[in-house]
Amino acid sequence: MAIDNSAQLVDAPPRNRWQGILLALPVTLLMTVLLVVPLIIIGVNSFGQRGPDNTIIYNFNLNNYLRLLGISEPGVWDTLYLEILVRSLWLAFQSTVLVILVGYPLAYFIARAPRKQRNFWLFLVLVPLWTNFVIRVYAWIMILRNQGVLNSLLGWAAGLFGLNFTPLDLYPSDFAVLVCMVYEFLPFMILPMFTSLEKIEDSLYEAAADLGANTWNTFWRVTFPLSLPGIVAGTILVFIPVMGTFIVSDILGGRQVILVGNLIQRQFLDARDPVFGSAATIVLMVMTLAVTLYYTRKFGFAEEAFGR
Amino acid sequence: MTKRRSPWLLAVTALVYIFLYAPIIVLIVFAFNSSRTNVVFEGVVNQGDCGPFYWFCQLGRNRELVAAARNTLVVAATSTVASTVIGTMAALALQRYKFPGKAYSEISLYIPIVIPEIVMGVGLLVLYSALFGFINTTFGLNGDNRLSLGLGTVILSHIAFSVPFVALVVRARLQGFDKAVEEAAMDLYANEWTTFWRVTLPIIFPGVMSGALLAFTLSLDDFITTFFTTGPGGTTLPIYVYGLLRRVTTPELNALATIWIVIVFVVLMLSQLAGRRSEAH
Repeated sequence: MAIDNSAQLVDAPPRNRWQGILLALPVTLLMTVLLVVPLIIIGVNSFGQRGPDNTIIYNFNLNNYLRLLGISEPGVWDTLYLEILVRSLWLAFQSTVLVILVGYPLAYFIARAPRKQRNFWLFLVLVPLWTNFVIRVYAWIMILRNQGVLNSLLGWAAGLFGLNFTPLDLYPSDFAVLVCMVYEFLPFMILPMFTSLEKIEDSLYEAAADLGANTWNTFWRVTFPLSLPGIVAGTILVFIPVMGTFIVSDILGGRQVILVGNLIQRQFLDARDPVFGSAATIVLMVMTLAVTLYYTRKFGFAEEAFGR
Repeated sequence: MTKRRSPWLLAVTALVYIFLYAPIIVLIVFAFNSSRTNVVFEGVVNQGDCGPFYWFCQLGRNRELVAAARNTLVVAATSTVASTVIGTMAALALQRYKFPGKAYSEISLYIPIVIPEIVMGVGLLVLYSALFGFINTTFGLNGDNRLSLGLGTVILSHIAFSVPFVALVVRARLQGFDKAVEEAAMDLYANEWTTFWRVTLPIIFPGVMSGALLAFTLSLDDFITTFFTTGPGGTTLPIYVYGLLRRVTTPELNALATIWIVIVFVVLMLSQLAGRRSEAH
């Protein structure tokens, strides 16, 4: 057992600052070269202008940002790119809310299960997460396409009742993108929610029951407030990647669902307009950071919920 | 405490588990489809020497795919070792030392966790192209000697995005560290080096292992960063699968998914059992 005042009894030797510098050197170099410098280049490029032969003219103007806002030509307001930004935010919001609604009952179920069973139920949540991200997108094509699994099942069910059935147009669609996003990121919400819910002691529920609280009141006055740190942590883990994922909309959304991730990818690889792509990247980064900061300020940062 | 569970909760839980597993079951079942187009299940394939495992055998003959699988493992193994070492060093430095520039190291380490991955991917693409362009023209490299995107850039990028997660996990372990144990070792005339190897490392080892496991998983699963930083010879499985999705898919892809799922399931089971055993001790 630790003795709390041991630090005063035996004065620990002051740690050598050179050791600290040496230990931190590799990581600082790595992150500077591979993260900070690239971010600075992108920031600078976003104020540049596209030149001939993939060159960039550095004349520091705001044209790329004005183009994103759709006001680069006087008198015309082109909302194409604004719509993409709003659509991405809206999809990320919808996905996060749905993930919370779908994940909460499951996290609650696992947290209230007998202690010995909890690991097993959590294990079942993790297995799908370990199959590859891209392969999971493929699975949803198989389920949602016109003659796919879901339509076959529905057709069979309709047949049982002697009903006519026309296959639903589910792929490609906005709906397919949303379902797949919820599927991909569900475990990221369940794990931190479970961690928060598991910490609530049985005695609290007993106390609530003794004081005459019904199920509804117990949930809203005890369970929900205490699970909030887990929801906050899960929201951050879900919202950020959904904002930047382009493969789900690329594969499942056909040509209809273009998100800011797709916009960025096309500017860098297909359209070869990296200065405009850089502006979009900066906007995406600022948007995510702003939403995350606002959210954590409002509900408190849930570092403890990441601990597990 | 009443042990009665609400039937609504049980029903919803069952539905969510079905939602989680339906895609996996579909993937596995369709790996045995006799239809090459693989849209409708037309019965179990029974062809060639492999019978129902026809598509699994086809898979082994697919050179591109075998190369992609090898690349994936090479990238995951290399980047896991490197990022575990660097991340553990970073965790020790940030958790236990004071030094100039600490705040900068700390912030730069947290950025990748709070920005969408595409931002980092695009940044790395821009960095590599600028750097390689500069080096190639300065030294007049041409033809095969030219530096270009490939396996090397993918590995480097994977190290970059894994290190913050390793550091986070190891730091969590260091927070509960009882320094008295180290002081006891020093009192018994162990020098700092011996203390680290014989006392500190064994105690934080579970944290280091979870960090390594996390780095390995992130690397195996990564699509976005790899997509932007890969080049000739650097195709990993997720990139290969993405290419197939844009062209044509056969039950071969389902066979690949099935093998993947089985391996993951076995590895996870083993690590669970190992974890249980070490808890028992």
